[in-house]
Amino acid sequence: MANASKDEVLVRIRGLHFSHGPRVILDGIDVDIRRGSVATIMGPSGTGKTTLLRLIGGQLKPDAGTVEVDGQNVASLSRGELFQLRKRMGMMFQTGALFTDLTVFDNVAFPLREHTDLPESMIRDLVIIKLNAVGLRGARDLMPSELSGGMARRVALARAISLDPMMIMYDEPFTGQDPITVGVIMQLIRRLNDNMGLTSVIVSHDVAEVSAISDQICLLSGGKVVADGSPRDLRESQSAWAKQFLNAEPDGPVPFHYPAKDYRDDLFGERD
Amino acid sequence: MDQWLQALGKGGLSFFERLGRGNVFLLRTLTGLPSAMGHFRLVIQQLHSVGVLSIQIIGVSGLTVGMVLGLQMYNTLVDFGAEDSLGPVVALSLVRELGPVLAALLFAGRAGSALTAEIGLMKATEQLSGMEMMAVDPIKRVIAPRFVAGFISMPLLAAIFSAVGILGSYFVGIGLLGVDSGAFWSQMQSKVDLMEDVVNGVIKSVVFGFVATWIAVFEGYDAVPTTEGVSRATTRTVVHTAFAVLGLDFVLTAMMFGED
Repeated sequence: MANASKDEVLVRIRGLHFSHGPRVILDGIDVDIRRGSVATIMGPSGTGKTTLLRLIGGQLKPDAGTVEVDGQNVASLSRGELFQLRKRMGMMFQTGALFTDLTVFDNVAFPLREHTDLPESMIRDLVIIKLNAVGLRGARDLMPSELSGGMARRVALARAISLDPMMIMYDEPFTGQDPITVGVIMQLIRRLNDNMGLTSVIVSHDVAEVSAISDQICLLSGGKVVADGSPRDLRESQSAWAKQFLNAEPDGPVPFHYPAKDYRDDLFGERD
Repeated sequence: MDQWLQALGKGGLSFFERLGRGNVFLLRTLTGLPSAMGHFRLVIQQLHSVGVLSIQIIGVSGLTVGMVLGLQMYNTLVDFGAEDSLGPVVALSLVRELGPVLAALLFAGRAGSALTAEIGLMKATEQLSGMEMMAVDPIKRVIAPRFVAGFISMPLLAAIFSAVGILGSYFVGIGLLGVDSGAFWSQMQSKVDLMEDVVNGVIKSVVFGFVATWIAVFEGYDAVPTTEGVSRATTRTVVHTAFAVLGLDFVLTAMMFGED
């Protein structure tokens, strides 16, 4: 562990393959995520971005290749070792995934109560510190059903950092949020990352938002990495694919039309 | 013919695959029981929602079943001048058969479906995944307490069903139809055997409780995490529990009462 922590790279992915039934989702991926950075995995819907997060978190096992987090090969860990590693990883799910039967306070306190023997008074203080960091100290007695979508995500974020993890993963943090909430979450991701010495991995397809806060962007398409670098590298990239994605062009390497037979044939040819 | 065979094979394979998953799941749940007992507060909460909240439907159903049973039995027995046997007839039918079976069916409808829907929705809203990512095993934290609660509640609910049913038939028999109260109780006392009848009925309700809760929590945990998937899983819980309980009831009855 001591020599692993000197390693600049926290998450090292090599030759990663993953299939869901007959459908190949990831087809040989190599990515390095450096310690202390905010890295974003981008790509159109259905390219396996969330799958990649689940592989990093050990919820799925790769068909081939390795995912190393802090020097440990995630897929080869025993359940106990995996749980030890996960205590040092936070994850914010797309929907927040708050426990609907617990208050905001109890949601944030949940990992602390499960994994530490801290006295209740100290847990209270820690929860209030975490809630204050996301600006929701006053909402501690609300139930998840009383929160707006943006607030729920901030509570989820407070819960994800409650054990002071080394890294945090965000699954589509901006999807479906109003501009103010998007701004708040963007600022939180960057600020928490820098203040707490975290490493952040974001899965998103909101180009403008992640370009503003990421150190590294990795573009996925068709199960492969098509571009990987800083936001500036990507903007200057000559890859047709990256251009289409970043400029939101409707047609290009990702075709506008779902594969179909010839249009003329379809209209004037023989009917089936 | 080929297609028919293929469909049969596919159906068979998926059935056994599911059965296997169900058994692995049960094993994991059982190994999670000690830690569920450690979090006894969770079990108490579940006992409330699974058990206490089912008492109403179990009580009302037990009462009406007992009353109807009293009426029907009386009409037949009175032809033979045997209306004094109303007590044992009603008690035996309830304690041996109707109590455990009907309580289990009602339990599946009231508590089992709720368990499946709750767990399925927790899965659909990524709460179970979230728990795993927080290094907490959802089987220990979510499934095991619910399983324990169902397993404890079902036999108690069956006992309540039988007791209330007997009271229902008492009200009808003695209050409306004029059966002798002393004969009703003394006949019941002398004809109903503790081991042969009561204990066998309790064993049935324990088995049904185990199976009904197992099916309910498994269907929730195994549900496809979508709106449609959860609704299907909930339906399956009720249907499969009904089949399992009725089938097991026949087997258990044959084993317990078959020889004499």
